[in-house]
Order: sequence, then structure tokens, then C-alpha cells
Amino acid sequence: MIPPPIAADDEHAPIGQTDPEGVSTRELTGGADLATVPMWRIRLRLLRRSLGMMWGLFRGNRMGMLGLGLIATFAAMAIAHPILMATVWEPRVYDPVHGYDAVITEYTVVEGEPSDPATEISLNQARLEMNPTIDVGETIFIPTQPAPPTLTGETPHFLGTDARGRDILSQLLFSTQAAFFLGAVAALTTVFIATTVGAIAAYFGGWIDGGLMRFADLILLMPLLPVLIVLSAVLDMSMLLLGLIIGVLSGFGGVAIVLKSQALSITVKSYIDAARVAGGGHWHVIFRHIIPNVLPLSFLFMMFGVTEAIAIESTLSFFGLLNVDMTWGIMINSAQNNGYLLSGTSYWWLLFPAGLAVTFICFGFFLVGRGMDEVVNPRLRSR
Amino acid sequence: MFKFLAGRLAQMAILFVVFLSLVWLLLQAMPGDISDTLTANPAIPIEARAELRAQLGLDQPLFVQYFTYITNFFRGEMGASFSRYPQEVADILWTALPRTLVLFLSATLLAFWLGFKSGKMIAWGRGERSEQGLIVSGIFLQTVFYPWFAIVMLWFFGFALGWFPIGRFIDARLWQGSPYNANDVFGQMIVSVIVVTVLYVIGRFLIKRFSNNLLTQIRFGQGLAILAVGGLLLFWWLNPARDYVADIAHHTMLPVITLALVAFGAIMLLTRAAMLETLGEDYILTARAKGLPDWVIRDRHAARNAMLPVTTSLVLALAFVIGGGIVTETIFSWPGMGLIFLQAIAVSDLPLAIGALSITGVLALFGHLLADVLYAMLDPRIRIT
Repeated sequence: MIPPPIAADDEHAPIGQTDPEGVSTRELTGGADLATVPMWRIRLRLLRRSLGMMWGLFRGNRMGMLGLGLIATFAAMAIAHPILMATVWEPRVYDPVHGYDAVITEYTVVEGEPSDPATEISLNQARLEMNPTIDVGETIFIPTQPAPPTLTGETPHFLGTDARGRDILSQLLFSTQAAFFLGAVAALTTVFIATTVGAIAAYFGGWIDGGLMRFADLILLMPLLPVLIVLSAVLDMSMLLLGLIIGVLSGFGGVAIVLKSQALSITVKSYIDAARVAGGGHWHVIFRHIIPNVLPLSFLFMMFGVTEAIAIESTLSFFGLLNVDMTWGIMINSAQNNGYLLSGTSYWWLLFPAGLAVTFICFGFFLVGRGMDEVVNPRLRSR
Repeated sequence: MFKFLAGRLAQMAILFVVFLSLVWLLLQAMPGDISDTLTANPAIPIEARAELRAQLGLDQPLFVQYFTYITNFFRGEMGASFSRYPQEVADILWTALPRTLVLFLSATLLAFWLGFKSGKMIAWGRGERSEQGLIVSGIFLQTVFYPWFAIVMLWFFGFALGWFPIGRFIDARLWQGSPYNANDVFGQMIVSVIVVTVLYVIGRFLIKRFSNNLLTQIRFGQGLAILAVGGLLLFWWLNPARDYVADIAHHTMLPVITLALVAFGAIMLLTRAAMLETLGEDYILTARAKGLPDWVIRDRHAARNAMLPVTTSLVLALAFVIGGGIVTETIFSWPGMGLIFLQAIAVSDLPLAIGALSITGVLALFGHLLADVLYAMLDPRIRIT
């Protein structure tokens, strides 16, 4: 049975319609006879078309585009770090964990109060702080840490150094990789588990549904942060493990409940009955018909999942509970450990770059999630 | 209704036992025990350590410990804290819980009041320039890195401007040699606020009974609110413990403002979304067709219905009191549940840690139940069967 070809006029296709009814057969088959074109090619074209439509809708959302721009900036930062380390930055100075550099000032040791504090230092202070055997008239070299940003010189530090003489910009760029990695692991795990659990619970119903949903209730009871604090004492918490744990906890919990209700609205559609009548097995119906229709909503939760995972990771490393080398949370943690917590604007490069980086990457993913929400839920559109 | 409640309560009890067992197992899995920290002194002989473990019951098999704990728990015995021996866990939690709840509840109420108002306004005036600004700042507040935000708030208002004390619950210098106990004063403050709130609610109810005019109701309501706040302030102004009460209130302000700002963003966005959905309903069109004034449609017809999802989300947030409390209380050195939990974990004080988590569980369970019941009460279209 070959349906009659429909005239190709895309301009009049309704906006937001992603089902094949509005698609011309000619476009899907590339002009060839429908029966001779393999099914996967048609599916691919359909997918590309619906993605293109979603992109068109998303592009109209200015805030969503702003979020995408923010994410792209962070991605560029993550890529820039290894390149800079390999070319411009000398690892001895710029390594985010082991690097060391300091602005060294020369002082002359004088008896009593120094008349010029910029070049002179009193004998008592020099003996107490630097070298107990030093005498009047000698010169002494004192490193300044944390050093303010320097834009010139042999080894410029555009965002200064931290209390241990490590370059802040290098730490900032390096941590971006960790954030993306963690966000991706956590979000993919969440969405994979939640979509599968939601679809299975909605399709089978009965005791399977009841069991999975009671389990979700139990997970919801668990306060995430305290549980992760306890788990970080039990397990050697790496980025991958943390991402998986966050993914599993939110995947079986709240997200599964929301995706289940979405899947439930699809299981009652008549094309599911048609697929069953045509002889489709349980798993065929779940993976071929239900899950593809839940996926747009799943992608939405993926974006919010990234936001949440990065915020949780930063909080945990702010408490110093993770076994990782360098993240934005650790940068704030080390500022706190070295006593610069309330330094505010006088040592702004210790607290503000890291805090704003966490904020803006979460901001970006959240904005993209909101933009996608408008694409997925037609009711929210302003047009 | 009764059948529904009984069923839910039974389900909640089972869920709670499972939750408590899971938490117990999780905390047992932490390496080391309290004897590591209490006997860190190398001069203490190994026998003393074994004796300590025997006294605390840590040498018994795991399942014996488990059944002892669970049976004692349901007899109302949470045991003594290991690290603060001989203080009872229940006593420690009883002093800490009000502090956390007051922090959380006052921040939530403040955020709800401001967030609901502004969410309502921006949904009503959709497309105005102020909408974009408020939405962006709302999203910023919702996604801001909370520990960093709290540090910046503490630095700016506590250190740079010096308006608020830097952390802690009371000023030790002021309270030294004072005739009052901080917990008692704090308790009296809570009781007075509750009494005034109850009186206010009764007053609002009476106003509604005796007047059918919307404008009169609102005017009297506003007068009553001013009267309630003024009466409360006057009562404490005339109280002999005035300075001490002011000290506690002063310490409470900055953490409450910080928490409220973060919650404000989320509530405003949620209200806006709910409002936009309600404004598309048919009954709004009917109200317009009847020729009702704009503010009546907005406040009485749309906002009331938009309140539903916001209220439930607030009740559900009860579950995160301790999780959210950990960060706030650490940064503001606020001696509440979160800080106590963190300290208990650090020295593997198991009874105290489990006690703190079990209270979270109870709060979360009743929060879920309350959300369901509240939803049915607020929305007459939903019937509980």
C-alpha cells in the first residue's frame, strides 16, 4: 500500500507539528518510490525534520539562546585548558594542582619601624616571619600570596594566584572539564533510568507500577545532601562515582514519577493498541513506541539534571568531601581553609571567579531547559 | 476520607521503618566508630578501648545492635549521644529542631509573600520590560551557587556594612551573666508569634463572617495585620528580656534573608507559570465578561487557583529542611539540625546522626501527606476517596 504523494509545500505545514502527517512523502523518500527506500532512512529524515522544527522554535527563545551561548563559552573554556597547557603555559607554574608562582618583593631589613613599608621591613618581623638568623642591613625576598592579577611579565596570571601560589585562571578552566563530565554522567544516568522506569511502570501497571512507585517514594524521603555526605565517608568518591550516584538517586526518585505520568498519557493512545494488535511484543511497544514519545520530556529533565548535579558536586567539594584534584567547589574550599572567606572584594579573585562559574554554568543549563520546556509544552509558548 | 487517612498512615509507617533501617545501615557502613575519636590519645591502653566499645554496645553482632536500636526507637528511646555523653539525643534534637524550623519557616513565609506577589504581577503584565528583568533575576537566584551566595551575603551585610552579626545564634558577651536562658527566651518568642498568628487568622475569619463587601474585608484585614505586628512588637518592647530578644532576632535576620532570597526566585517563577496557565481558563473569560474589575479577576479568581501548585511545592520542601540547613547553618554557624548532623557524622556519633535523619524522614512523610490533603482542601474538584 503506497499512499498517494502529497504536494510538497512546507510553508503551510503547521508549526510545531512533528508527526508524519504534515510531512510530504517526496521529502522523506528523496523523490524515489516509497517502497524502495529503506525504513531507517525515512526514520532518519523524520527525526532530522522534527529536530529542525524544534530548533526553529528554540531559536525564537532569546533566554534559551543566551543559555546556549553560556554553555558554549564554558565548553570553549574546557577545551582551551589542555591546549594552553600544551602550548603557552609551563606546567611547573600553571598546573592547576601542583603549579607554583609568586610575586617576589625585595625588602631591606632595618632596625625599629621601617620608614618606607614598601621596601623596608623591621628586624623583628623579618626574624619572626621569615628567617630567624637574619641581621640588619641584609636584603630579604618575600613572596606575596595570594598575588593579585598581573597582566604583564614573564608569567602573567590574569586572575591572580591562590594562597598556595597556583594560577586561578588555570584552575578555573581545568574545573570546567570536571563539571561537564559530572553533569553529563549524572544527567545521562538519571534520564536513562527514569525513562525506562517510567515507561515500564506506565505500561505494565499493577504491582510492577506499585513497587516502582513506592521505591520512588522511599528515594524521595532520602535527603540527598546528607546521604551523599555519609556516602562520601563510606566510598572513595570520584567524579564518575558521584555522577552515577546522583543519577541513580534522582533517576529512581522524582524524575521517574514525572516521566511515568507522561508515559501513562501515551499508553492510552490508540496507536499503542494498534501496535499491540499488529503483534508487537511488550518490549517492542515500550522501546519503539512509548520511550521515543517520552524522550523530549526526558531531554528537558537532562538539562535540569546537569544543573542540580553541578550544584551538589560543588557543595560537596566546598565541604572538602570529594576525592578529586580541583573543582570550583575546592577553589572556594581552599580560600576558606586559608582564611580568606570574608575577604570579599579585597581578594576578589579567590571567591568570585569560582562562585560565578558555578552559578553561570547552572544558569546556562537552566535557561536551555526552560527554552526546551517551551518547545515541548506548546501551552507555554508566547506565540 | 477517614479510610484514605488510615491507609496512608499505615503505608507511611511501613515506609518509615524501611527508611530508618536503610539510614541505620548506611551510617553503620561508615568506617571506624566513636572509640577512634574518643581514644585518640596513644596513652590510653587497648583494654580501655575495648571496654568503651563494650559499654556502648559496639562489640555486639550487627543484627543485635539493629534490633536493639529499632525496638528502643519505637519505645521512644533514641539513646544517649556518644560524643556529648550523657546528653540524650532527644534533648539535643529538641533544642536544635526549633532553631532550624524557625529559620526555614520564616524564610519560606517571607519568600512566599514576596514571590507570590511579584509572580502574580509579572504574569498579569506579560510582555512588560520589568518582566524580563524579574525573570532573569529569579532564575539567577534559583541557580546561584548557594554556599558562595551565603558567603557573599555574610561578607557584604555582616562584614563590609556591619549591619548584622557575623554568624552564631547569640552574642556571648551580652548573655554572660544574664538571668535568662537563651533556649527559654527563644521558646517564648516562638510561642508569642504562634499566638499572634492564631489570633490574626481568627480575626480574618470573623471579618469574613460579618462583612460581604470585598473592599471592607481587605481594609479590615490590613488593619488587623498592622495591629498584630504592632502588638507583637509592643509586647516584646515592654518585656524585661527586651535586649536579649532583640539579640536573638538580630542574629536570625541575615540567614533568613539569605534563605528567603534563594527561595524567592523559585517561588516567583512557579507562581508565574501557574498564573499563566490559570489565566487561559474559561472562568477567567467569564469573570471578564461579567465586567469585574481587573484586580478582582487577578487576585480573587486567578491567583487563588495559581496558589495550588505553589503551596504544595512549599509543603514538599519540608523534606529538605536538613539538607538545605547543612549549608546555611555551617556558613552562619547556626546551631541547628544541619550543623548537629554534620558534627555527629564527623565523629561517627551514630545515635545522634540517625536521630537527626529520622526527624527529616518524619517531616518529609508528613509533608507529603499534608500536601495531598491540602490539595484536596484547596481544590474542590479533587476528591479523596
